[in-house]
Amino acid sequence: MRGLAILLGYTLLGNAIHSLLSVPISGNVIGMVLLVVSLFAGWVKLAWIEETAQFFLKHMMIFFAPIIVGTMMFFGVIGDQWFAAAVTLVAATMIVLLVTAGVMAWQSGKAKERTYE
Amino acid sequence: MNDAWFQQPLFGIAITVLFYVGAQLLNSRYRWLNPLFLTSGGLILLLLLCDIPYEAYSAGGDIITFFLGPATVALAVPFYKNFQKLRDQLVPIVIAVSAGLLCGLLAVWGISGLLHASEQMMLTMMPKSVTTPIAIEIADLLGGTPELAGVFAVLTGLLGSMMGPILLRLCRFRSDLAIGAAMGTAAHGIGTARIMRDSEIQGGISAFAMGLSSILTPLFCIPLIWWL
Repeated sequence: MRGLAILLGYTLLGNAIHSLLSVPISGNVIGMVLLVVSLFAGWVKLAWIEETAQFFLKHMMIFFAPIIVGTMMFFGVIGDQWFAAAVTLVAATMIVLLVTAGVMAWQSGKAKERTYE
Repeated sequence: MNDAWFQQPLFGIAITVLFYVGAQLLNSRYRWLNPLFLTSGGLILLLLLCDIPYEAYSAGGDIITFFLGPATVALAVPFYKNFQKLRDQLVPIVIAVSAGLLCGLLAVWGISGLLHASEQMMLTMMPKSVTTPIAIEIADLLGGTPELAGVFAVLTGLLGSMMGPILLRLCRFRSDLAIGAAMGTAAHGIGTARIMRDSEIQGGISAFAMGLSSILTPLFCIPLIWWL
C-alpha cells in the first residue's frame, strides 16, 4: 500500500502543479519527473515503490483498452477515405519503426568499432 | 429500467479486467496475439452484439483509464534505474528519434498523396506517432481534424504495439536501445506499454523516446508544412 500511496501522491502533486501553473506539460509527466528527482535526492527509496511500480508498468496495456474501445465511436467519421488512411498509418508506422531502430543500431555499431580500435 | 445493471461503473471495470485476463491467457499460449488488441476487440464486439451503449461501458472504462496517471508516474522507476545509460546515449537517441520522425512525416505525405487522400486527411495523420492530447493539438495547429487525429494516434499506437516486436525481430534488431527507441517513437505510450511486458530497460528507453518525440514532432511539423 505504501507504494500505491506514493504513486498516487505524486500523481496528485503533478496534477495540482499542472492546474496551478497551467504549464503545457501533463500533470502525470510532472509527477513522474518529481518522483525521479525524489529518488535521486533519497527522499523516496526505490524499495518502497518498486513492487507497485512494476505492477502498474507490467499491466499498462489494460489502461489503454477503454481508450481503444472509445475509438469505435469515430469509425463513421473516417468515411470514404478509410482505405487510404489505413494503408498510410500501417506503412508510415513500419517506416518509423525501422528507421529509428536502424539509425540507433548503426550509431551503436560505430561506437563499438571505435572501442575496438 | 433506468438503473439497468450494465449502467453501473462496476460493469465497465469488471468486463475490462475479465477480458484483459482472458487476453493474457490467450497471449501466453499464442505469443503473437497482442493482448491489447484482444481485450479491446473483444469489448467492442461484446458492446455491439449485446447492443450496450458506449456511455454505459465508459462509466467504468473511464475509471480504468484514470490509472494511466499513476502508471505514467511509475515510469520514474525505469528512468531512475537506467539514468546512466540514457544520459550516455542521449545524442544517439535524439538522432535516431529525429530520423524516425522525419521519415514518418515524409511517408505520411508521400503515401497519402499516392493514394489520393485529401490534404485535410494528410494533415490529420501527420501527428499520428505522438500521444493523443499532443496529436490533437498539433492537428488543430496544422488545420487537420483534431478529434480524428486523436483516433489516428490511438490506432497508430495499437498498430505499432502489434507490428513492432515482430517486425523488429524479423529485421534482427536485438539491442535494448534500438527496440526501445523504435517502439516509443512509432507507437508512444501504447508501444511503451507493450514493450514493458518484455523488458523494463526497453520500456524505459521507449518512454524516453516517446517524451522526445512529443517535443520534436511539433517542431518538425510546422516548417515541413511551409516547405511542402
